[in-house]
Amino acid sequence: MIRSGFYLKGLFSVRSVDSPAIALGCSFLAIGALLKNIGFNLQQSFFSTFFTYALPGQLVMAESFLVGASLVNIFIGVWLVNARLFPMAVSMFPLLKSKKQPKWKYYISCHFLAVSSWLIMKKDYRTINEDYRIDFWMGIGTATWSIAIVSTVLGFLISDYLSKDMMIGLAIVNPVYFFCMLLGSMKNVVIGTSVILGTILGPAFYLISPEWCILYGGVTAGVIAFFVGELND
Amino acid sequence: MTDLYSNIFLVIAVTSIATYLSRSLGVLFSERINMNSKIFRLFDCVAYSTLAALISKVVVFPAGDLVEASNLIRLIVVFVCVAVFFIAKRNLVYPTVLSAILLTVLIKIV
Repeated sequence: MIRSGFYLKGLFSVRSVDSPAIALGCSFLAIGALLKNIGFNLQQSFFSTFFTYALPGQLVMAESFLVGASLVNIFIGVWLVNARLFPMAVSMFPLLKSKKQPKWKYYISCHFLAVSSWLIMKKDYRTINEDYRIDFWMGIGTATWSIAIVSTVLGFLISDYLSKDMMIGLAIVNPVYFFCMLLGSMKNVVIGTSVILGTILGPAFYLISPEWCILYGGVTAGVIAFFVGELND
Repeated sequence: MTDLYSNIFLVIAVTSIATYLSRSLGVLFSERINMNSKIFRLFDCVAYSTLAALISKVVVFPAGDLVEASNLIRLIVVFVCVAVFFIAKRNLVYPTVLSAILLTVLIKIV
């Protein structure tokens, strides 16, 4: 069912020195500590990352839970902040399509979709045989997801030993790592324009609509970058 | 206590469904998309720009613990780390480790 060779290759791709494991681990360590501080127990913290596995969404959930928001409001808040996963899925899964592979693999493994795994897959997919890219992806996803779950549990357990300064220090690791990774992926004018415009328009739209700024900024920047690419062709 | 306990599991369930919705709809939509089509290229652009928008929003208008650091300090840390990233020939380890140390030191000093 799953080609173990490709799966293991994906699984071990996070072992490299500059893999996202460090940034991912630091962020979910902080999430584990945060969840303990707002009243979650160990099981609940574990299940939060196990079933959600999306850092910004979990932050929104924690904040909404703290202020006693309704379930509908939590749903909308989380959906909005995690809506980026839709274009990420649409821009990655066509690269993994194969008639030899069953559909269930795609619908189960989409749970592994996150910035870290997406960037690794976009960087490495060309090196993998088309028919087995989904197995490679499942390996990457299992590795990054497991790191997130273990780090959440660890963060929960050591939260009493983490000072406020350490928590703040951990919180900057994730944006810095992924921003550098995004800058590193700027291999052509179109992707470069997408990243630069997105960086500017995301916070700019926050001044107009804090809840929708990521979507407004991202879509506007992406559409402009697409037409820049069309004009260059 | 039981109410709060079950309430937290409901909150986790709602969060998980809201997140899986975007992922699974993306897979469903991508079934009809060819990787050489223009619509695929458009979504590729939107995916990169949305990620960039999310990351810069987290730095400029953060939630959680990052709020404790001033905007100026956060931006200095990001600019220095990006410079280190390029100076170190796109090595990701140096800026990642430096970011946590630099932010903690700057908060203490300023």
